[in-house]
Amino acid sequence: MLWACILFPQLALDGVVRRHASPDEPLALIAGPAQRRVLRSVNEAARAQGLRAGQALAVAQAIGARFHAIDYAAADAQRWHDFLAAWAYRYGSLVSREWPSALLVEVEASFRLFGPWPRLEARLREDLRELGFRHRIVLAPHPWAARVLANVHDGLAVIDEQPLLRALASLPLSRCGLPADVTAGLVRMGLRNLGQVWALPRAGLGRRIGEAALDHLDRLRGTQATPLRYFQPADAFESRIEFNYEVSSSQSLLFPLRRLTADLATYLAGRDGGVQRFLLRFTHERGAATELPVGLLAAERDPAMLFEVARSRLEQLQLPAPVREMELLAHQLPPFVPAGRDLFDMRPQQAMPWEQLRERLRARLGDESVHGLAVRADHRPERAWQSASSDVQAMPSLPRPGWLLHQPIPLRDTSLRILAGPERIESGWWDGDVRRDYYVVETSQGQRAWAFRPPGEQGEFMLHGWFA
Amino acid sequence: MGQVVAIDSLLDARRIWRGQPHARSPSTQPTGWPALDAVLPAGGWPEAALSELLLPLDGVGELRLLWPTLTRLSQGHDSGMIALIAPPYLPFATAWARAGVRMRQVQVIQAQARDVLWAAEQCLRSAACSAVLCWPHQVDDRALRRLHLAAETGQCLGFAMRPSSAASNPSPAALRIAIDARPAQLRVLKCRGGNAPAMPIPFAG
Repeated sequence: MLWACILFPQLALDGVVRRHASPDEPLALIAGPAQRRVLRSVNEAARAQGLRAGQALAVAQAIGARFHAIDYAAADAQRWHDFLAAWAYRYGSLVSREWPSALLVEVEASFRLFGPWPRLEARLREDLRELGFRHRIVLAPHPWAARVLANVHDGLAVIDEQPLLRALASLPLSRCGLPADVTAGLVRMGLRNLGQVWALPRAGLGRRIGEAALDHLDRLRGTQATPLRYFQPADAFESRIEFNYEVSSSQSLLFPLRRLTADLATYLAGRDGGVQRFLLRFTHERGAATELPVGLLAAERDPAMLFEVARSRLEQLQLPAPVREMELLAHQLPPFVPAGRDLFDMRPQQAMPWEQLRERLRARLGDESVHGLAVRADHRPERAWQSASSDVQAMPSLPRPGWLLHQPIPLRDTSLRILAGPERIESGWWDGDVRRDYYVVETSQGQRAWAFRPPGEQGEFMLHGWFA
Repeated sequence: MGQVVAIDSLLDARRIWRGQPHARSPSTQPTGWPALDAVLPAGGWPEAALSELLLPLDGVGELRLLWPTLTRLSQGHDSGMIALIAPPYLPFATAWARAGVRMRQVQVIQAQARDVLWAAEQCLRSAACSAVLCWPHQVDDRALRRLHLAAETGQCLGFAMRPSSAASNPSPAALRIAIDARPAQLRVLKCRGGNAPAMPIPFAG
């Protein structure tokens, strides 16, 4: 087995930056109790102004730097960790979130699908660059070894045991994941790197540093295997963006909306699923949140399509108040079945498949606006059609008009000519009784109509359809 | 000179070229009405273009005219959808199915008056439909031209049903057919690629 460790050195900051409309401005994440606020992490632009991680907020303000201060939320970092685990699940079925800000993915089993490691690594890096997360990637035969090597290396790929031991041996003690007091003790003994520690007699070393630290050293070498807890993708997707200011135009909601739908598409691709319904929730300063359900007729996962459908729904929405927070919730994630296409399909430009066209029409005209037609085996004309898509073929051989009126209306014409009829239709005593004599009549203007009157009466005809 | 030559003898000697209209490639979209195909320059519906049907009243035969075409399109091998945009009444599935139309391929799109043209343009342009039938309410020359261009882009048969009061207005549609109720006949008002036939075509059902 080969384990790829992907380390995210700036997970929380990257999570904030990628949702920020202007990522090039100085940003700093602030954490700590109210009395002593410290900068937890800063981006490049902020570093150029002299800000450093670990600085007190008061100091940062004293040096006169202008920067956006954003509160650090541990839950956010956790959420990004989960999101990235769901992304990594695409590339290997064994994904572990054992360590904070790092993911371990078993990749050897995926080589047959994605190609050898250099190609897979390039793919991982490209994805992460698109998602906007800085990262370091290391490949090693044991998960623990991969994790500690990622502390100092980026792009290192070790496949065999001997090079792995050499790489580990030169690792500085402070970076190999031992508890701080153990590290300090070993450094006081004059040891600098892992190789020197391994050279010591095991029994004596065990008495000095304790059983737990000895186990850790064994795990690095791979002589002791400890099972990892593996990631199972959740059955729902939730993601939200908070704004630092109130957003009042729906145009400025489009950028965050694109991010949210793209994240959803990434998540769906990872679990090979689709989405049929999702909910956009807009939270306001006061008052109830506005909810915008977005429904599709079939499960989809194309990011462009999800964005377009959500956008056209959003454009129709009247927001009662400016928005502080935007949330995307998808709880039903049915399996995705891609539509079959011809290999040599010659389509004109701007062509789109019917499914996409249907969603576009429904988004603007309303959910009920597009429907198919089907025949139902019922004698009553009102019930002999339905807006579904089953192909029941049960047709009497009597004349039926191409157009049916929604409601029968009186047919006022003085010189009607009866062409055919009567045809008695009498059915449905169980739900809405119908008892009528239908005629095919020609009006004085030459139209052919389908009209009825109650049996045995000579009164006025009721118009029910046109033979067009 | 000054010699009088009978025109018949000149024609018989084939010394005069008579500017025959040169044969166009026949349409792959026959109407299903042989009498109508015979007078249309392409021998069928103009392909990838908008056709206009002008109706004086309800129930005079626009469906009878179109059903053979829709049947052929719906039963094709990899046929697209047939979109009905804002039809005035419910399409009665029993009758449509009996005419041979595969109802699985028929989609009804309900739209408000102001959205009919938008929906029609989307459907025509998408190339997902093999035929688009629309019933626009208020439509001017520019809107029809848009539909015509959309039909060209999407390689699709477009049909616009309009009242016969619009017959006197010019239209960019490639084919305009007025349906008369009494006597039941078709009048071709305009057809691209040839002169409109002077005589109406009987259209008895």
